[in-house]
Amino acid sequence: MMQEQPVLSIRQLSKQYGDGCTHCQHEDMKLEKNFCPVCKTVYACRSVSFDLYRGEILGIVGESGSGKSTLMKSLYFDETVTSGEGYLVDYENGHNNIFTESSQMKRHIRNTILGMVYQNPMLGLKMDFSSMSNIAEKQIAAGNRHVRQMEERSLSLLQHVKIPVHRSKEAPKNFSGGMQQRVQIAKAMSNNPPILLLDEVTTGLDLSVQADVLDLIKSIQRELNISMIVVSHDLAVIRMLADRTIVMLNGEIIEHGLTDQVLEDPQHEYTQQLVYSLL
Amino acid sequence: MSAVPFALLDEQSKREIRRAILKGIAIPGYQVPFASRELPIARGWGTGGLQVTLALIGKNDVLKVIDQGSDDSVNAVNIKKLVTKTTGVQTTTRTQDATLVQSRHRIPEVPLRADQVLVLQVPEPEPLRDIERSEFKTKRYHAEKEYSGAYLMLFEQIMRYNQTSQGADYPVLVNGRYVMNPSPIPRFDNPKIHQSDALILFGAGREKKIYAVPPYTNVESLAFEDYPFVVEQFEGKVCRETGLSDVFLDELTDEVTGETYYVCNDTSYMQEILQQKVAAK
Repeated sequence: MMQEQPVLSIRQLSKQYGDGCTHCQHEDMKLEKNFCPVCKTVYACRSVSFDLYRGEILGIVGESGSGKSTLMKSLYFDETVTSGEGYLVDYENGHNNIFTESSQMKRHIRNTILGMVYQNPMLGLKMDFSSMSNIAEKQIAAGNRHVRQMEERSLSLLQHVKIPVHRSKEAPKNFSGGMQQRVQIAKAMSNNPPILLLDEVTTGLDLSVQADVLDLIKSIQRELNISMIVVSHDLAVIRMLADRTIVMLNGEIIEHGLTDQVLEDPQHEYTQQLVYSLL
Repeated sequence: MSAVPFALLDEQSKREIRRAILKGIAIPGYQVPFASRELPIARGWGTGGLQVTLALIGKNDVLKVIDQGSDDSVNAVNIKKLVTKTTGVQTTTRTQDATLVQSRHRIPEVPLRADQVLVLQVPEPEPLRDIERSEFKTKRYHAEKEYSGAYLMLFEQIMRYNQTSQGADYPVLVNGRYVMNPSPIPRFDNPKIHQSDALILFGAGREKKIYAVPPYTNVESLAFEDYPFVVEQFEGKVCRETGLSDVFLDELTDEVTGETYYVCNDTSYMQEILQQKVAAK
């Protein structure tokens, strides 16, 4: 049987804040959640491994502080990982560990293979620059130096995310939260990246706007066959979007499987609690 | 209290500035940090350029100081006075006679020679500052040759005004490596830095940076494929005094008639042309 090659493989990714001590580096270390009470080291991600396949949406759920966002930031190189390996099939055919590449190469990967939508649009957008420029930024970074080309691309993306053309040259600071989020999605897609990272994109939006943004994400995935990692603490969002789901707790993956499986028949004690308390 | 040293600054300070200049020349367009001494004029009034001038000037130098094309405006006159008081060197307004030219926001119309040095005063040396406030990050961008921010500025201007609206301090790529602010000279002067015969030095006193473009260095103004770099156009406009049209012009209003007229911005060049005309008669 032929095995499909994943577009992204993460192996043993760990991220800690602090140096660690003899207490917490011991085999059967006793941590308070993900925190060492002796040396105050925070173990944000502990030996996280997973695969992402072409065209699928992978959901990551977990409570605040479970390491979801740290994982996303590590994948987008906003944070440097403490240890671990990552392989992208679209980068050197998956032969090189992306976390040990030079910062120029990381920037290149970021600008051509990855797209990121942050929970807070302030992180992903330049609020004083026009929406057009915000979307063009990623294309400029990838080496495009043709204004008309980038303008056309930005316009078509803005139309795609349903921002009216007459507001395309306005700065995102004048936009509503939902519109800002849609501009962010357009920006993340500007270079046709094979992988899109979405970090709590609907948190803080009202329900009808949430539905709009979710619809948009789903349609992008269907039309363009982009792989996505969706982080959310909202199980309804995960249920609607994700094909497979990972459950994180205290920086570790405690359960993973098909979304329906995980939500309908949770195995881990924490997942059971999570599912039954929210549904 | 001992006497004021030659060229005001003590030898140690001058040596440090010269070292920064040498490093700047060795890495064209790279901003070299330096200590930036206190001076009798306030930071932001040309102290960077002044320190470069003071560190370089010798007894046989002839100094010219320009402030936006004029030899007689306050900033130029005061800097000239300070340097002559502390060094006793000759000053001139003729570009051709000077060995050292300190300038604020203009490169003279008369082409500079290989035996001359141009010192430009810089208010903001960092071309990426408007995009990124953090010096830590901009330094990293330079190290990685990550200049999309500089292009993004120009792109935003094109989106808003359908043309680049950067009138002065239009960013350039030096020697194919570093993007640099050429100090607030008009775009008109940018091509003069490219393959210049003279050494061009940049001093930013408040920001504590020195950088340089050595002679015969490639200097390219940033542009897009479909929006090439253009200098200011003065089509159909001529200097009222000299009739020149291939120079950078100032737009003025006649206060009596309310009529708009143009004069050559480089006053010493204008005077020279006028004297030639008188002599010809």
